[in-house]
Amino acid sequence: MGLKCLAQHYLKSTGPSFILTKKNKPLRRRTASLSKMEFVNPEGLRLDGRRPMEMRQLRAEIGVVSKADGSAVFEMGNTKVIAAVYGPREVQNRSQQSNDEALVRCEYSMANFSTGDRMRKPKGDRRSTEISMVIRQTMEACILTHLMPRSQIDIFVQVLQADGGTRSACINAATLALADAGIPMTDIVTSCSAGFLNGTPLLDLNYVEDSAGGPDVTVGILPKLDKVTLLQMDSKLQMETFETVMQLATEGCKAVASYIREVLLENTKQLESRRGV
Amino acid sequence: MEQRFANSWRMTVNEKKFIETALLSDLRTDGRGPFDYRNLTIQFGSEDGSSEVQLGQTRVMGFVTSQLVQPYRDRPNEGTLAIFTEFSPMADPSFEVGRPGESAVELGRIVDRGLRESKAIDTESLCVIAGKWVWSVRIDLHILDNGGNLIDAANIAALAALLTFRRPECTLGGEDGQEVIMHPPEVREPLPLIVHHLPIAVTFAFIGNQSIVIIDPSHLEEAVMGGKLTATLNTNGDVCAIQKAGGEGVLQSVVMQCLRIASVKAADITGKIKKAVELYKTSRDLKKIKRHPDSVNISNKLKDMEKPKLKLEKTSGSQSDDMEVESHSSKKDEHKCKAVIGGTSSWDPYSKVADADELKESLASQDVETPDQKMDVTPHEKQQLNVIDESLRDADPSPSLSVAAEAGEVKNKAESLSDAVKPKHKRKKKNLSNSDGS
Repeated sequence: MGLKCLAQHYLKSTGPSFILTKKNKPLRRRTASLSKMEFVNPEGLRLDGRRPMEMRQLRAEIGVVSKADGSAVFEMGNTKVIAAVYGPREVQNRSQQSNDEALVRCEYSMANFSTGDRMRKPKGDRRSTEISMVIRQTMEACILTHLMPRSQIDIFVQVLQADGGTRSACINAATLALADAGIPMTDIVTSCSAGFLNGTPLLDLNYVEDSAGGPDVTVGILPKLDKVTLLQMDSKLQMETFETVMQLATEGCKAVASYIREVLLENTKQLESRRGV
Repeated sequence: MEQRFANSWRMTVNEKKFIETALLSDLRTDGRGPFDYRNLTIQFGSEDGSSEVQLGQTRVMGFVTSQLVQPYRDRPNEGTLAIFTEFSPMADPSFEVGRPGESAVELGRIVDRGLRESKAIDTESLCVIAGKWVWSVRIDLHILDNGGNLIDAANIAALAALLTFRRPECTLGGEDGQEVIMHPPEVREPLPLIVHHLPIAVTFAFIGNQSIVIIDPSHLEEAVMGGKLTATLNTNGDVCAIQKAGGEGVLQSVVMQCLRIASVKAADITGKIKKAVELYKTSRDLKKIKRHPDSVNISNKLKDMEKPKLKLEKTSGSQSDDMEVESHSSKKDEHKCKAVIGGTSSWDPYSKVADADELKESLASQDVETPDQKMDVTPHEKQQLNVIDESLRDADPSPSLSVAAEAGEVKNKAESLSDAVKPKHKRKKKNLSNSDGS
């Protein structure tokens, strides 16, 4: 099947699943080379019908895990991530206890069924170790850890459906879950990715665009302080181009931030009404 | 989730405050300016593809090896590149034996992303038979001493090792043209990797919330810093990878400023790497004659004939032996070189030396013994035979040589020749079995 066919097929299909590929390394295996494929058609539309600067549809839900102190589901198009937060609670491993700040831990995993080919080993590989670390450090930076000494906060994120931009979705979900758990934070962290294909900066890449081998910039910001806390990039990009792509991703982050605020506000209103205030 | 704090050394509040306040007035504990790198030294091992980088007190060793493997199904005509990190517990108290920790994984991923995703190494040239055999290049990075900023040092070590690495040349042969014939380095010059550009990692540390930015943090500064950013750039002004994994937030303008500084530093470091590699390569080229140890050995032995017999027992040519020859008889060496380069010479080696037939036989028997190994005697090898004989004649001992000595020598010669041939078979066999096994 030609690549164009594949793309058209992708357009028609509703689920993300069939195109996701192969073996243990689901996301990094490149399916198409950059030159062969058209990612933005002459009408200026992308493979899934979006404009270059358009995000996928966002959807968030708070309080999805009953046992957890805070939890959330976050969806960006077909990417779906669930996050649960436990804590602040007593430190399980005493040797890790810190007397002046809370210990933050994070575990990222991908569900077996999240990609097209069933994953054999959903966690423990290098990629998920790195993403766990990235999410932990990003969240650590915004949590006021000094307010909760001698305690620990556990963040669990799991990818239920992978269609590009999983680490952005994970960070957004983790933020919501932390907010739901009522953990004090300086600001919410929001994240979004952007890429550069066919000479056009593209916001919020899906799996096909992500696996095209082009640059992929993931940005995480603290929207109120307007500071970049997470920044990851792959592939080669001129410095000037990089600046525009980063700018675009930052705009995306701000859009996500306003959506997350809305959701949180809505959630608080509901809690309020349930209390009958 | 691992034991992050279990063994790590914690800094006292006083030390922390000291470093932070000193940095406020642009002073660093080791006397550098905020945007100065520590001293960088690059050394190379005796083998191709090994390097040792020292950045201040940080020491990292890089080692590149290659192997024939089956390619991935979706990329049948591309070789593979893999990076493995080893954080020796010797280097830092917080490094533990066993599975690589988070920092080891991060380091490997950053170096990997810089090299692979930016396509710095031409992987298509590593293909031997599409879908069947490709070269798999493996980079091992060993942290020997952790003095801070491991990522940059490891990246430089990886690049230096890749630049000096050479893989054996292999061609296709056999009945169906699908057999891979590996040429040992003595027969054909090994091939270097094709490196398109050098992605250099430059790490910045952000300290305190007054947005102090420093480059190349030492391990003291790493203990104090709130966040770090590693930018991987090449000299063309391309950004190849960026990693800022959380931590202290910085303004976008600061990020761009960091990138600009990084590109200057990258050019600087690229120059240093290239210079070091150039030096290594010239010294390697100068030593090139040592690639024919067999011939040198024999002539060496014959020349030493009048000396005590003990010396005759020498079989394997050590480096120092070769050197001796080089310095003693440059003229002869020149002659040999000619023979090696110029193909079969017109001079008939077999007519003059009495034992030539025997030599031939011994060689032939070697071939007969291992017919199933698909070793074809290439013109190069014949040439080598010539060289050997020529060197025999060159070193033809004076007529006063006793017959007994000669007889002993003949035996020796035969032995040393077979010794010279055997390793090739061995190597080939090993390689083949290796590739079969994988």
